[in-house]
Amino acid sequence: MTASTIAIPRARRPRGSGRLPWGSPAIYLGAVVVVTLMLAPILYIIIGGFRTNSQITADPSGLPAPWVMANYAEVLGSTTFWGEVANSTVAAVVTTLGVVALGLMASYVLARYRFRARGLLYAVFAAGLMFPMTVAITPLYLVVRNLGLMNSMAGIILPQIAFALPATIIILVPFLRAIPDEIEEAASIDGASRLGFFWRMVVPLALPGVITVGILAFIASWNSYILPLFILNNEASFTLPLGVQAFASQYSVDTAKVLAFTSLSMIPALIFFSIFERRIVGGLTGAVKG
Amino acid sequence: MSSPDRPGAEPSPSPSPSSRRPRDWRKALEITVLVGPALVVFLGFVIFPVVMAGYYGFFRWKGYGLPTDFVGLQNYVTILQDPTFHEALWHNTIIVVMSLVLQGPLALLLALLLNRPMRGQSLIRVLIFVPYVLAEVVVGTGWSLMLQSDGALNGLLEKLGLDGLAQDWLSNPDLAIWTLLGIITWKYIGFAVILFLAGLQGIPQELTEAAQIDGASYWQIQRRITLPLLGPTLRIWAFLSIIGSLQLFDLVYIIWGQYIASTAGTSTMATYMVANGRNAGNYGYGNAVAVVLFVISLVVALIYQRYVLRRDTAGALTERNER
Repeated sequence: MTASTIAIPRARRPRGSGRLPWGSPAIYLGAVVVVTLMLAPILYIIIGGFRTNSQITADPSGLPAPWVMANYAEVLGSTTFWGEVANSTVAAVVTTLGVVALGLMASYVLARYRFRARGLLYAVFAAGLMFPMTVAITPLYLVVRNLGLMNSMAGIILPQIAFALPATIIILVPFLRAIPDEIEEAASIDGASRLGFFWRMVVPLALPGVITVGILAFIASWNSYILPLFILNNEASFTLPLGVQAFASQYSVDTAKVLAFTSLSMIPALIFFSIFERRIVGGLTGAVKG
Repeated sequence: MSSPDRPGAEPSPSPSPSSRRPRDWRKALEITVLVGPALVVFLGFVIFPVVMAGYYGFFRWKGYGLPTDFVGLQNYVTILQDPTFHEALWHNTIIVVMSLVLQGPLALLLALLLNRPMRGQSLIRVLIFVPYVLAEVVVGTGWSLMLQSDGALNGLLEKLGLDGLAQDWLSNPDLAIWTLLGIITWKYIGFAVILFLAGLQGIPQELTEAAQIDGASYWQIQRRITLPLLGPTLRIWAFLSIIGSLQLFDLVYIIWGQYIASTAGTSTMATYMVANGRNAGNYGYGNAVAVVLFVISLVVALIYQRYVLRRDTAGALTERNER
């Protein structure tokens, strides 16, 4: 678990030499075709934002001629966009912190305490994997409404934390269990209480797992659609995904502006991904492979 | 699910008998403080709603006040007799099967290509993975603009002199589900590739080297060594893909919306649930659909676990103790 979670799949390097060899041209040709297919739709969105509607109508698949900044400038100047960025950021950051804090505490107990209900407790959390948010959304909406949390960030943060906990615990428990008993014994001999051990030793040692879990929670929250769709009804509380959709239907004739809005909304995710690419990839494969 | 508990290797040393009582009390407190918050949030927002769905499903209920109009199994009878639901179920079935058929072999081929040591492979790997991290809303909005009848794809085909291939990709009922499958493949194949690559890394190089020395060709090696050893990874991926396909909601709802989805032939059980539950104000009925969707997913998952994942050392829902 530990190794596969932290290590990203890297190709084996040929022994002795530092640089990788070039592959055959056929392989690169195939790779170029695949990469083009994967990136073309994304480039269409980004580049389309630099065109005008008349350009798009005249030639739907052309390049900007000339490049116009107006669409992007207009979106960047709108308070709606920045309000939605702020809402998405708050939701994602608080969800991430909550998942990490609650998940780490619970995983610590499940990994390192001996007590009778431990197996049952683990099974209860693991059973959560059987209930994706889609299945539970209708009654979840009723719960959130009865708590008076409609149109509030708390109304999406709390359910997001709850639904992220099962995967978090399943990823973190083996991490915490892998910490050698000797370290705990040594800490105990040095006078550390169990909670002291938790703060001084467990949290730092589990950091790679914690980062993985945090990133997964952040991206899931940033992209979340069905929960905000049910919980957030007034535009002031919209997160970016709802904002993109509302914008797309409001300006359905203004394709260029919709493209600009859409591409700006994916920038944070792309930046986040490029910084943490290794961790995200490693975390996903680790979470699944175990 | 097998028992998650690990019998051997208990981490904490048991307390000495003399100090058992105060330490037990302290331990119970620590456990409560540490697990309590997670358990409360989890039970309150995951388990409680799911249990309530089972209860609300027996009522005709508009969602306000307490449900009083008990209708027994009527909601379930209605769902199972509704041709619209049958269509949605059929679409889900197509999506489940075709996602496996389209993504599996393609992702395997890509993973094999990318597993050879060569320059630029990490860049290629990252680029293939990008669609997976994008929000469904971004993907849906972008594709639906591109695929309109006067959109970029048809424009491109026209430029290439392939006017004959231009289609009404989104609203032609014979075609729309294939469009959806194309978008699903594009969005999720990166995940399969990354997963398979990680699995390939776990195959000892000595095996392939030995086979090479024995004169096996590249494809023979892949078929006789790589594929069987990749089995556990493939089976876990297939499991995740099946469950995801059964629950599919975002992309369909974003691209087609609740009404067009059924006329375009892309509705799923989840879009049916939202359209006929919350959007129609029939919360009792919506909850009953949620229960049906859950039961179908659970049955599929259990069958898969029982007959397919059983031979692997660890199932998707059981704790991994090995290593």
